Amino acid sequence: MNEKILYSYTGVFNSPNAIINAAEKVSEKGYKKYDVHTPYPLHGMNKAMKLPPSKLGYVALVIGLSGALSALLLMFWMSAVDYPIVIGGKPLFSFPAYVPVIFEVTVLSASIATVLTMLFIFFKLPNNAHPLHGTEYMKNVAADKYGISIQAEDEKFDEVEVKKLLEECGAINITAIYYDEEEINHKHKILEPKFIGFLLFTALLTSGVSYFTLNKVLYMSPFNWMMEQNKLNPQSTSTIFADGFGMRNPVEGTIPRGYLPYPYKGQPEAAGVNLINPLPVTKQILDIGQKKFDIYCSPCHGFNGEGDSRLRGQFPNPPSLHSEKVRTWSDGRIFHVITDGQNIMPSYSSQLNTDEKWAVVHYIRTLQRALNAKESDLQ
Amino acid sequence: MSTTQNFEYQKKQIPKKIQTIGLALFLIGLITVGIGYITDTTRVAFNNIIIFSFLTSIGLGSLFLVAIEYLGGAVWSTPFRRVPEFLSATLLLLPFIVLPLLFSMGNIFHWLHPEVMNADKILKSKAPYLDITFFIIRVAAFIVIWILFYLLITRNSKKQDIVNDQSLTKKNIKLSAVFIPFFALTISFTAIDWLMSLEPHWFSTIYGVYYFSGSVLAALAASTIIIVLLNENGYLVKGLKPDHYYSLGALLFAFTNFWAYIAFSQYLLIWYANLPEETFWFLQRWDGNWIIISIGLIFIRFVIPYFGLLSQPSKMNPKRLLIMSSVILFAHWYDLYWLAMPNYSKDGFILGWQELGFILFAVGLIMLIFNFMAKKNNLVPIGDPKLKRGIDFRL
Repeated sequence: MNEKILYSYTGVFNSPNAIINAAEKVSEKGYKKYDVHTPYPLHGMNKAMKLPPSKLGYVALVIGLSGALSALLLMFWMSAVDYPIVIGGKPLFSFPAYVPVIFEVTVLSASIATVLTMLFIFFKLPNNAHPLHGTEYMKNVAADKYGISIQAEDEKFDEVEVKKLLEECGAINITAIYYDEEEINHKHKILEPKFIGFLLFTALLTSGVSYFTLNKVLYMSPFNWMMEQNKLNPQSTSTIFADGFGMRNPVEGTIPRGYLPYPYKGQPEAAGVNLINPLPVTKQILDIGQKKFDIYCSPCHGFNGEGDSRLRGQFPNPPSLHSEKVRTWSDGRIFHVITDGQNIMPSYSSQLNTDEKWAVVHYIRTLQRALNAKESDLQ
Repeated sequence: MSTTQNFEYQKKQIPKKIQTIGLALFLIGLITVGIGYITDTTRVAFNNIIIFSFLTSIGLGSLFLVAIEYLGGAVWSTPFRRVPEFLSATLLLLPFIVLPLLFSMGNIFHWLHPEVMNADKILKSKAPYLDITFFIIRVAAFIVIWILFYLLITRNSKKQDIVNDQSLTKKNIKLSAVFIPFFALTISFTAIDWLMSLEPHWFSTIYGVYYFSGSVLAALAASTIIIVLLNENGYLVKGLKPDHYYSLGALLFAFTNFWAYIAFSQYLLIWYANLPEETFWFLQRWDGNWIIISIGLIFIRFVIPYFGLLSQPSKMNPKRLLIMSSVILFAHWYDLYWLAMPNYSKDGFILGWQELGFILFAVGLIMLIFNFMAKKNNLVPIGDPKLKRGIDFRL
């Protein structure tokens, strides 16, 4: 192709006032397809070129509102429909808590969409094949000159007229810009079917592979992560048993390991007579007794068993363990109170095992002896 | 130097009807208020607090606008800086608006009664601050500080009209820098003293900022109304463009959003924490038909101005600016009513001649102040070195 195709006529000016003047004249003549290039933004250029207000604002508005709506729907779906959990006593759909998120998503989506739209749709980036690229004109206007470029595509374009107009405006350098060969055949890469097809293919491939990996491959044996076991999980149904319960009661007549049935439930006197403390009184056992007493008994009975509760009246204070009554009780009688509870004192069987209870009984005895010592202790 | 400035400004007299209407409104308001103080003292005293806060907003907010223009080195607002300067003269009249309140405070403030204060543990701990002597000292000191800065800043500005001295701008920049911290503290404590202490149990740390955001909006809206009316009728300097209107509109829009941000922050924290000693304040404003006022506040103070000023052309349209500024100015009174009045009528909102009287009084007063100032001074700071650049301002 020897015959060059004209892209535009360009004129270069020395001062910002001259370029604004030129832009005004060009727009007055009714040219539509022309552009102005300056090293920095010029105030008043929009008006001189009679540019309509930018449409970018509508992009921000639409995308921002979509962002707001999707954030609202997302949170509504997650916290009120799909996985309803009461948090902090608030209603499932608690709008005030959503507002900050909606606000952020709106701002974020609107600003990102605005920037991307500006770059890729309005500025048509990436475009490496613009006729003005690499021209002397571009070098000038990117440094210290101001230029106008009237395109040949314009309906009113006429080489002679345009040249004359630019001269009238006082352009110091008027040049014609021609298309390069590759630029004529240039198409926007983003809109090529090949590119869009590749994009779709990549998207499908990535999502497909991720889904397959995360949901299928990882759970194929031998990767079942011990999730499948031949046992019945607690509180799950079972098809083996007639009643459908997975959890079973112990077989009649059997007891769990370490468990001794307590035959004197509700019979304090019988317990007092029949039960005998099996443990010897040693330093070690008294230590255990003290430790358990301090943990479980002292909050109500006090560290010295005087009934001086630390619970500040949340529970009524129990009577002292140093009373005549308790001092004359047998070990078994005290053991019964620990095991079965008394008045508002509950059973401590789930906190203390049998031996620990007897150790506590020993410790209570030492406390009593400390306050009401026997004659023999004083010698 | 400013001698080389060339601009067209011919001082024109403000039409007589401004004074007539202003005086009429003021007198009707004054009589209504006077009758109200005799027949319905407590309610009118509450309205007095609202109108005191309202006029403080206009006066102090306008002085703030003047100060940030000096501090920021802004030029776009210089051609009409006189309008906020005139409006800040409201500060001079604040003592007269406080005065009747000092005689009816016992009906308004619980904390004035020692037996109430001593019976309550929380109030007892606040007693050193909520003390009548300290209160009056604060109120008096704040008003004195405001008037002092008003006189200093506007005196320099007026002097510049005659002597054309650039160094006066520098002096005002320094004065403004000193004024801003005073402004921040006094406006916060004014809000706490007059409005928050109506409910001495309740507290909100953002309350001062809340009042500040509303105050700047009110001052800006009042200034915008006057600026647009003056400019459309050719009272200001020639050559002001939609770009100037746009800047006013953008500032209104920005502060509308700021108010919403602050108001919502206050609400969200209290709603989330759900502490009984904080939530009751909002529940009071949700009871009975107060809910209408509360929901209405969101619309009148945020939704309507937000969408009314959202697009670029709407900020440049003088008619739209006038309507939106009027809405915003009314919204500030509405906001103050919402803050103060639920303490007087707990069952539901009441609107009557007592409220209307004070509104007329305030509007008339502002018109009279403006008229008085406009007669005495130039409507444009003709000696200001930034004026020419201000007229040439482009977005």
